[in-house]
Order: sequence, then structure tokens, then C-alpha cells
Amino acid sequence: MSPRRAETGGRIDRLRTIRFTFDGAPYTGYAGDTLASALLANGVTLFGRSFKYHRPRGLLAAGVEEPNALVTVLRGEVREPNIPATMVEIYDGLVAVSQNRTPSLAWDIGAINQLGGKILSAGFYYKTFMGPVIGPLKGTRFWMFCEHFIRRAAGLGKAGTAPDPARYERMNAFCDVLVVGSGPAGLMAAKAAADQGARVILADLEANLGGSANWSGETIDGMPAADWAQRLAAQLAGNDNVRLLPRTTVWGYYDGNTLAALERVTDHKEVAAKGEPRQRYWAIRAGTVVLATGSFERPLVFPGNDRPGVMLAHAAERYANEYGVLPGQRIALFTNNDSAYRSAVALKKAGAAVVAIVDVRGDVSNEMRRLASDAEAELLAGHAVIATEGGKALTGLKVQRFDATSGVLSGDERSIHADSLLMSGGWSPTIHLASQAGAKAEWDPARQAFLPPKPTQRWTGAGAFTGSFSTAEAIAEGRAAGLQAAGGAASSAPLPVVEAAPGDPDPAPVFEIKAKGKSFVDFQHDVTAEDVRLAHREGFISVEHLKRYTTLGMATDQGKNSNVPGLAIMAEALGKPIPEVGTTRFRPPYTAVSIGSLAAERFGDLKPERLTPMHDWHITNGARMYSAGLWYRPMIYGLPGETVEQAYVREARATRESAGIVDVSTLGKIAVQGPDAAEFLDRVYTNMFSTLAVGKARYGLMLREDGLAFDDGTTWRLGEQEFLMTTTTANAGKVMQHLEYFLDVIWPELKVTVTSVTDEWAGAAIGGPNARAILASCVTGTAVDNATLPFMGIVHGQIAGVPVMICRLSFSGEMAFEVYSGAGYGTRVWEALIEAGKPFGLVTYGLEALGTMRIEKGHVTGAEIDGRTTARDLHLDWMLSKKKPFIGSAMMDREGLIAPDRLELVGLIALDNRPLNGGGHIVEELDEANPHASLGHITACCYSPALGKHIALALVKGGEARHGTRAFVSDPLRNRFGPVEIVSNHFYDPDGSRMHG
Amino acid sequence: MLITCPYCGPRDVIEFTYQGDGNRERPQPASQNLDAWNAYVYDRLNPAGDHNEIWQHSGGCRAHLRVVRNTITHEILSTEFARGGHKSTDSRAEGRS
Ligand SMILES: [Zn+2]
Repeated sequence: MSPRRAETGGRIDRLRTIRFTFDGAPYTGYAGDTLASALLANGVTLFGRSFKYHRPRGLLAAGVEEPNALVTVLRGEVREPNIPATMVEIYDGLVAVSQNRTPSLAWDIGAINQLGGKILSAGFYYKTFMGPVIGPLKGTRFWMFCEHFIRRAAGLGKAGTAPDPARYERMNAFCDVLVVGSGPAGLMAAKAAADQGARVILADLEANLGGSANWSGETIDGMPAADWAQRLAAQLAGNDNVRLLPRTTVWGYYDGNTLAALERVTDHKEVAAKGEPRQRYWAIRAGTVVLATGSFERPLVFPGNDRPGVMLAHAAERYANEYGVLPGQRIALFTNNDSAYRSAVALKKAGAAVVAIVDVRGDVSNEMRRLASDAEAELLAGHAVIATEGGKALTGLKVQRFDATSGVLSGDERSIHADSLLMSGGWSPTIHLASQAGAKAEWDPARQAFLPPKPTQRWTGAGAFTGSFSTAEAIAEGRAAGLQAAGGAASSAPLPVVEAAPGDPDPAPVFEIKAKGKSFVDFQHDVTAEDVRLAHREGFISVEHLKRYTTLGMATDQGKNSNVPGLAIMAEALGKPIPEVGTTRFRPPYTAVSIGSLAAERFGDLKPERLTPMHDWHITNGARMYSAGLWYRPMIYGLPGETVEQAYVREARATRESAGIVDVSTLGKIAVQGPDAAEFLDRVYTNMFSTLAVGKARYGLMLREDGLAFDDGTTWRLGEQEFLMTTTTANAGKVMQHLEYFLDVIWPELKVTVTSVTDEWAGAAIGGPNARAILASCVTGTAVDNATLPFMGIVHGQIAGVPVMICRLSFSGEMAFEVYSGAGYGTRVWEALIEAGKPFGLVTYGLEALGTMRIEKGHVTGAEIDGRTTARDLHLDWMLSKKKPFIGSAMMDREGLIAPDRLELVGLIALDNRPLNGGGHIVEELDEANPHASLGHITACCYSPALGKHIALALVKGGEARHGTRAFVSDPLRNRFGPVEIVSNHFYDPDGSRMHG
Repeated sequence: MLITCPYCGPRDVIEFTYQGDGNRERPQPASQNLDAWNAYVYDRLNPAGDHNEIWQHSGGCRAHLRVVRNTITHEILSTEFARGGHKSTDSRAEGRS
């Protein structure tokens, strides 16, 4: 079908043609192709433009480490950028586009940057865009100004702005053994562990299990390695205790052997099956982890090593063996180790002409010489590639004699005609997950690679991950690791027999050929060897600084190719051995992870809604609701045409004139029970509760351990050993935790239990001059007169046949009662009270009127108990018992907490008759342009119908001493300035005659 | 991270609330020794290694636990009710199920 696709071979299905588009042009491929292999088969060599210089780039790799061929996949309106084409499985209708080019890949305006190579060197952006020292664009502002344009010119794919309609799923999984990687080592480990009866999960980021067996061309147990792997995978799939997860990237290794993985469930499908999520996020808790993650082949660093047509040797082998695609017809190889010889033979077998093997080593083994002649390739030992030729595709290369020890080039340059150059700079074990788990990699001078250390956590390694690069070693280590992980004894049973090309795993320590031209280290971020040296010359000697200055290894591939060559070049510049330069620790995620998968089902507003028992009644009766923490509470019950202010003023006024009722079910309610309940409350509250009579309630104040005010509320003594504590709505959970902490940790000897009963009770507060008359007309089983139900008294009775508990206490300042019933009967009692109130003009009121009346009374709430105020600041010092210690008593008298200049609670009256604002500051003299130092701030404000004025509560320095004096509100943000009078916080009925009745 | 609640068994850390350094000693309630109070309220040990901590199983049985946790490896070495009594040293529970 195409010049590059072989007639046979590979693990693709030639009977199933797939149609897709790339940059708008239609292409076909076969089932089993990746976007990379399909385009390569179609003769496409140009896949992208580089990040900084906009150089043409082709495929470097065949797997997850691909740095160049990044594409954006479009599904409807949704665009997903920066996916390696090597990881995109093609499906009918796939639409992919290239990135970082304007207007097209072939004709890219940004390529002009190539001409400016010198000025775009390391740190260029930092140096150039710091801006002038003065002026509107001084310093980093200039950078911020330029950044917008630079980001457009230099960059990767663009994310979409359309909402992602895909569904994502999160799964929690548990297993005895998690095997990461399904090459020969991983398959053997999974099999061995499964045979021991362990619960096994085997995850691999590729679509097909088998890893290198899928393309190595080796023979295992007499059959092609790929068939052997498939057979083993099929056996595993039949085991009940094994879960296979192909297309699943294990990307994070966290504490306690918890691993994060991303399964791409339907990304490779034209249409998802019913119920299938796009991706699935796995949180896996593993007893033991077997890391069989293989290794990455490293590029060599030499001039022109980024030209389309220059590819990693194993990648070409993989394209040929797994996909039946040849990257070129005339292939040259450039290597510092033996593995490239196997690649040469494989490509020869697949039908390519191998024109030359350029080996930096002068001394090449006889075995390798034999492989070279099998490939019918000219062997240029002791040579190096010093340049490549061609534009958007390779046409040839130049070689010269090279001394691997000194790095010196000599002799005549020689040109070789080739359309593909395959390089191998040795292999780096994929130690990312082990590094995430906390292991510090160890440099192995023989392998010229970082190897994983002896594990300290519950993981074990096998195969190329450990630096054992041969398949026979991988099989042996895999079985041993699987047995060990499952707690089995070592086995001496015969292992599968591998027939493979020979080869020494140790490369020559050559990373770079220093010749004229740009030699790339980090392909994705366009970092050259010269950039690394420049950074060193400019004083960057720490590997962490070097990374940040050059951005080496900081692209989406996180330096999977560039890490070791970059370090080697830096080590040379520093004159230090590589291990002394050190490596950076790998961090999750191993590859890019979609935010959608992390959120999974958890998106939108996740807060639970707490609704009071009377919620539906409020809605039906015209309440405008207001969210208070998790609760929804009526703000106002507005009449048609009323503003919020008109509504709350009407509600508050009606309450003070006749009666009003408000839903107080949200108050925190805690049952405090046990023989030591009274003693416990004495320790928790600043005031005394052991002296409280049964059937009475008392207002209580709690401090924190540090002596600052914490919460307030009334607590009712229902029995000798039984109290019902109420807390503010906002602090209900905190107070509960506070009480539990003291009972569990500090005073375990106290015989007390605390139980949250907030949701068990419905509460209605009815207040006003007619409140008692209304109650009297609907309560049975008890009188509610002053003798039976005095201030702070509690009675039990029934309303509408429902048992109720009534306490006479007041927040509004009126004669008022709180009526509690079982939550399930809340609406019934509420409706009965409303009905009984009709002859009296009873109004329902919401939070606004509640707040208004509390400001008029000068009561404190969370706005004043703000974590910075003391009891004295709030004029609650009368509640601080001197007869007993209590939480906070030792710390509350510290110097700073009793200083005379502390902010104190006061009242304010607006003298200009205009509304005040919460947060506005109080100053002694008004100067709008240059506000004076603040004396304090407003905590709550309202229009007071009782006073006919705009009033506020405020915390003001030396508050009480300022009563009766004038000050100013200064609120530049809202442009509110004006005179106020400082008064007592008790605006209304200061002696409490109305509530005491 | 899994914490083995002596009552509920091994549970994910998401169910727990950290309640601070478990080495703090609260002075006697009537004590006027401000230095001791100050140390109790503000001083915290911050070792790199094994640490006594208080955790509340706030999303479970709500008991407060004394937990010995290695702050470097996050390994849980033991858990017991802060009130005393049952103790769990089954650190194998972490990661197993
Ligand atoms: Zn528990």
C-alpha cells in the first residue's frame, strides 16, 4: 500500500483499513497502528516544529518518550494537545493536527528563529525581558508584557476552551502484587505471583501486553517472542486472581504503597461502548510492587541530531517488527554500544539496505562484526557522525575518525548517502517510579546509567529496570520478583529458553560529539549541548539550577531522553564525575494526566446541602434563601415589589410591635450526658453550669486554650446528668470536635458522652410582645405564664399533638421562646404556630431581620468572635468565673490580651443618615485622599427600624472610653466617608425590660 | 496512608483529622505557670522520624487516637485510643486489605 510498509510482518491487521486525517489530509492505516506508525507508513517524515527554533522535527522514538511528534487530537469541540503520536492508536474518523506551526507544518514563519540561534540561547528570555529599570514597563512588568507574544510563538499545543463532555471514573483497587510493565520480566512476575495464589494487577501503558517481546524479533521457547508473550498474557487473563490493565500508565508512587494509574479506556475507540468512561483513574493499594518498567534508549548528542530521519535505533526496529514499517530505505546507524547491531540486522531482515554502522568504539567485538556483516553493512569503527544533511527529510550524513577516549575528531570528512540515521547512546533504566517512592538512584559506571538502589519500600525490580538488559535475565529476574512479592520460595524449575542476538550491555562512555552545529540534548525544549555549557559558564553549577535556567528536562516528556546526556555534558563542564553532579528526583506524574480523570465524578458543587425540616415550607411561602455555610436559611420573606431592605425592616418592626417567628433549626445542638456532665461544662464554659437548676437554661461562653473567645450559646439542663448545649450555626462542628478532644485526650476520667443532635431537633424562635399569647393559644400540657415559664425556664408540652420543649430565651430582645420538636414534626409544629399567630399578625422573619434585631441588641456573633477578640473586648467579662479554672482561663490574662488599646465592641450611629458598610474603617479625622490610621472596623451594620437610623457594630480601639464621641467611617474601596457617633453596643432596650416582661 | 483505627480497622487517611502533636502536656487546670501553658499551647515537636500524634477518626467512630507515625516514610507504627485500652501495632495493615 505504501513505499514504507512491508507486505508482511508486524502485529497489525492488514485486513482492517482505518481512515483518519492529519492536518486535514486524509490517510489510511491498519488496525493496530499508532498515529506515528501509520503516518510513517504513508511517507510522512515531518511531524512537528520545535519549541524555540521551530526546526522541523520527525519521529525520534516509538513509545511514550517521544519528544518531537506531539499532536493535538480533536473530538468535536474538544481538543487534547501534546499527545505523542506514538501513543495515539488510530481509529476510523480520528482527527489529529500538528502543533507549533504557523500557518502550516511545511511552511512555518517561526522557523526564522533558526537564524537567530545565537540570541535564543539559554536564559535568553530571562536576560532580554527583564526590562528597563524605570518607566511603565520596568523590571518584570516588561516580561509580563512580552510574555503573551512569546508564549504564542514558542510553545506546545493549545488547550481547548470548550467544556469536556467526557465522563471519567475513579476506581480504588487492592492487590497483593502490582506488576508495572508487561515485557518478559513483568509477564513472568505476574505469572509467578498469580501461581502462588496472590491477587495480581498487571498494568502496561501500551495497548498490547508484551513490551519488548512485541518487537525484539527474539525467540522464546521456540516461538516468536511476541507469540510467547501473547500466550502468557492470555493465560493470565484466564486467572480469576489476575486483573490485566493494558493502556494503563502507572504515573505516581505514593506513601504506603499507594499507586496512581490512568487507564485510557476509550481514547482509541471511534465510539465508546455504553457506560464506558473516557479514562479511568486507578488508586491502587499494593502489598508489593514489581517494577518491570524497562529502559529508554538514549540519543547521541551531535550536530544535526534532530533532523527528521534521525531516530533511535530500537524505535526503527520496533516500527519494522511491530508495525511492518521501515523508517527509510538506506539506513545508517550511529552507536556507542552493541544493541544497535541487533537493530541493524532486524532492519536488514525487514527489507532495508543498511549502508553503514558508525561506532564510536575503535574496538568492536567479533560477534558485533559478524552481525554487521549479516546486515551487509559497512562497519566504521572508531568513527563518529559530525553532521547530518537534508531539509525536512534526511539525505545524508558526514562522518569523521573519532577517538572515544579523548573525544578528538581527525582525518577527512566523509559523506554517506542515507535517508535514515538510527542512533543508540546506550540505555537508561526507567527508574521514575522507584525515584518517586524515595529511592536515590545509583550511578553504574559500567552501564553508564542510573540504576535503582536496593528497595527500602515494598517494591522489587526486574529486567531492564534493574540494568539487566537481556531478555533471558529479564525472564529470570521477573519470575524471582514475582515469587518474592507473593511470598513464595525461590524456584529452580527450568526457565523459558531465549534465543537472542548477543551483545555487551555496557556502552562506551561517549555522550556527545563536539563538532560545529547545533547538537540537541533536550529535543522538546530545544536545549543544545552549548546551552548547557553556557549555563555553566554563567555560574550555574547545581543541576537543579541548570535545569531551570536552560529548561532542560522540564518539557512534557520530563527529560526521558535528555536527562543522562544533559548530566554527562554538565559533568564534563564541571570537571566532575556524573554521580557527583547528581540526578534530580523524579516527581509524579510519569506522563501527563488529564485533570478530568483526577476529578472523576467529583465536579461541580460537591458541598452537601443542609436543609432544615421546614425548608419546603419556606420555599412555598416565598422565602428568598441564603446559603450560610452548608445550610440554606430564609433571608427574607419578601412581599411582591419589596426590596430586601423593605422586607427585613417590615419583618423586624412587626416582630417588635406584635410577634415574629424564625427557623433556628440550624443552631448546633449537642447532648452532653453523664455523671460528670455538669463538671465538664464548668471546665468548658467560662461561667458556672453545675449551679444551674434542672429545667433552666443559661447563656454560656467558651474560650480557646489561648484565651481568645471561641463560641457562645445557651445550654439547657434537662436533667441532673443531662444537658442540651446549643452552639452557633457556624461553629457546631468545631465545638463538637473541641468537646470530643477534651474528653478523649485531656480528661478521659470524666464520665461524659457528647452526641451531636443538631439534626434531631427542629427549632422555631417566636418573639415579640404577643409571643406568649400566641403560645398560650396553641400549647397544651403546660402553662406558659411567667410563673411556670420564667426567663430562661424550660417546659414540656404539646403543640398540634406533638411533644415540644420550650425554653424562654431571647436573641431578638423581645419576650421570646424557642420551641423544639422532633425534626420529623418540625413543619407540623411550625404551621401550628403560624396558624395560632394569625390573629396577632405574626410574621415570619429571615436572617436579615434576625441580624437587624441582634445588632439593635448588641449581641455578638462570628463577625465579632473572629478569633482575635477576648471576652473583655466583647464586654463579656461578667461571664468569666473567678471561682474555677476553665479552658482558656490561664492564658486569657496575658499582657497583650488585656492591653488598654485593644479593639473593643462598640455601637455606631451614622450621623449622615446613610448606610454603613461591613469592613469599613473608623478614623479620628477624615481625609479621603490620605486616610488616617484605623481605629478599628465595622463588623455588622443595618438600618434599625427601632431607632430609625443606620447603625453598626464595630471593634474600635479604646471603645468604651469613646462612647458619645464623634469619629468617621473611612471606606475608600466603596467611597463611603462620613461622620459617626460611637455609642454603647446596646442600642435597644439596654436594661432588657422587654424580654424579661 | 492508612491508619488502623482500633475500632474500625485500617481506614484511609481521608477519614481522619490531624489533631496535633501528642507529646504536649496540659498543665493542671488551676496552674498559673504561664511558661507551662505557653509550651502546651504553642510549642510543637517536629521530629524527622517517629512522632507521637493525635488523630481523630472524624469520618468514622470519632475516637481520638494516639498514632506513632514516621514523618519521613509516613509509616504508621502503632495506633491506640487516646483514652487508653485497645492498641493496634499491626502496621502490616497499611497497604494490605
Ligand atoms: Zn474508628
